[in-house]
Amino acid sequence: MTYLDYAATTPVDKRVLESMLPYFSEHFGNANSLYQVGRDAYHALEAARETIASGIGAARPSEIIFTSGGTEADNAAFVSVLKRIAPDGGHLITSAYEHPGILNLVISLGKQGYDITLVQPREDGLIHADDLAKAMREDTKIVSIMHGNNEIGTVNDVKTLAEIAHSRGALFHTDAVQSLGKVPFNVQDLGVDMASFSAHKIYGPKGVGALYLRRGISFDSFLKGGGQEGRRRSGTQNVAGAIGFAKALELCLEEMDAEALRLSVLRNHIVNRVTSALENTQATVSGDMLLPGIASLLINGVEGESMLLQLDNQGYAISTGSACSSGSLDPSHVLLAVGVKKEIAHGSLRVSLGRFTTEEDVDGFVDALIPIVEKLRAMSPVYQRYFGKESS
Amino acid sequence: MIYSDKVMDHFNNPRNVGVIEGADGVGEVGNISCGDIMKISIKVDDNDVIEDAKFQTLGCGAAIATSSIVTELIKGKKLEDAVKLSKQDVADELGGLPSAKMHCSVLATDGLKVAVDDYLAKQGREPISGEIKSADPNFDPHEEDDHHDKDDY
Repeated sequence: MTYLDYAATTPVDKRVLESMLPYFSEHFGNANSLYQVGRDAYHALEAARETIASGIGAARPSEIIFTSGGTEADNAAFVSVLKRIAPDGGHLITSAYEHPGILNLVISLGKQGYDITLVQPREDGLIHADDLAKAMREDTKIVSIMHGNNEIGTVNDVKTLAEIAHSRGALFHTDAVQSLGKVPFNVQDLGVDMASFSAHKIYGPKGVGALYLRRGISFDSFLKGGGQEGRRRSGTQNVAGAIGFAKALELCLEEMDAEALRLSVLRNHIVNRVTSALENTQATVSGDMLLPGIASLLINGVEGESMLLQLDNQGYAISTGSACSSGSLDPSHVLLAVGVKKEIAHGSLRVSLGRFTTEEDVDGFVDALIPIVEKLRAMSPVYQRYFGKESS
Repeated sequence: MIYSDKVMDHFNNPRNVGVIEGADGVGEVGNISCGDIMKISIKVDDNDVIEDAKFQTLGCGAAIATSSIVTELIKGKKLEDAVKLSKQDVADELGGLPSAKMHCSVLATDGLKVAVDDYLAKQGREPISGEIKSADPNFDPHEEDDHHDKDDY
């Protein structure tokens, strides 16, 4: 199997796994217990917190709250903060191409009485400062704009967007789940108040993530219980998970520059080979503001799920923004938001590369893709009608 | 959302792909913005029996697999029996389909009805298939969507 869906999840790096193993059966203590085995767990948990805090440029380790993942961090950033700063309503802004962890959360808050505005990305796949500025209101409470987009790979200028939010008195949150460890991300440089992270996107375990919560932001946890994580996230901490997360981040940061260069070369190689070998294909977005490992391709006149299944038959795991694969009727909301027409979005592929991807993998993928596209186009009753230059 | 082995067999090895030259009836249904379009051509003998059927489909695994099996199921059938084939019959033959696939991806039964009525019209006979929603190029399966509640996350 050749795994090319690193934006969906990543395998746990063996070095990460090694770091976690002692904390399952040997140092198994509850980090909140006072005796030795508990203290061992506590110290390891706090060391992990320090590693993550320093890895994202936080001023204090206490600004890191461990969660069950990115979605919980997103929910905490809105629900637990709004409980304090705007329990009776107010205006919230996010973008139309957020991950569902934010998008559906904000839409749900809209149904609960908050006013919401969804800023549209432009065709370059980015949220523009002007568009956010126009959406801002006097009563805007929280603005959440993602750092790196999980489907098309664009990276927003979060620093400028955060300044706009702050200039109107709103808090700024960013979903940094896809960008952490892939491109530079520093909460103080970027000026964000809150940020969400997930370990399993960076070769750490599933089921652990974190919320960065800048000191001084009012927060009343939506999870009630034993008051762990400084009363901000009740529940016995996932010590092994936190340790794995910290180790995973440490490794990503050590290897980031070289890895970003290596993956962007492979990404460009895929885009160049596919678009030159197959007519009516293109990269969804281009430019410099891209995550290194995500290639988003539009293969006109072929439905994405059928490409996915045929590639799977040959051992390649990729994803698509077609409606059929998502179990909904509409293709990817991200592609539609950046102006891709529905009939084109149905033929989108996301190929995402990572630490264990080789040049042979990406060449093998393109070699497999080309005849699959040709075969499916030949099976289509309308390919020539919509996209053909002449009958074949 | 997992496909049955039989769906995967028909998707990977689709039967009767192509166009019948000089077909007696042709039907095309679907909508490119929905991502699924299916075209079927049939050859009919003097006794109203379907002798041959071929299809072309743009669409997902379910759209291709259902097209393939419909061409198998209708060969040798009388027109009046063939048009009675329902989406549920097709799904049952394939060992079931995910519910989200039932109403937007099972185009072949409608495509067949259009092809049968096309054949009858050419002969100056009355259509027998009734209303065929997906034959309308403006048909939008979203309007009859009952599976996807946006709150179900």
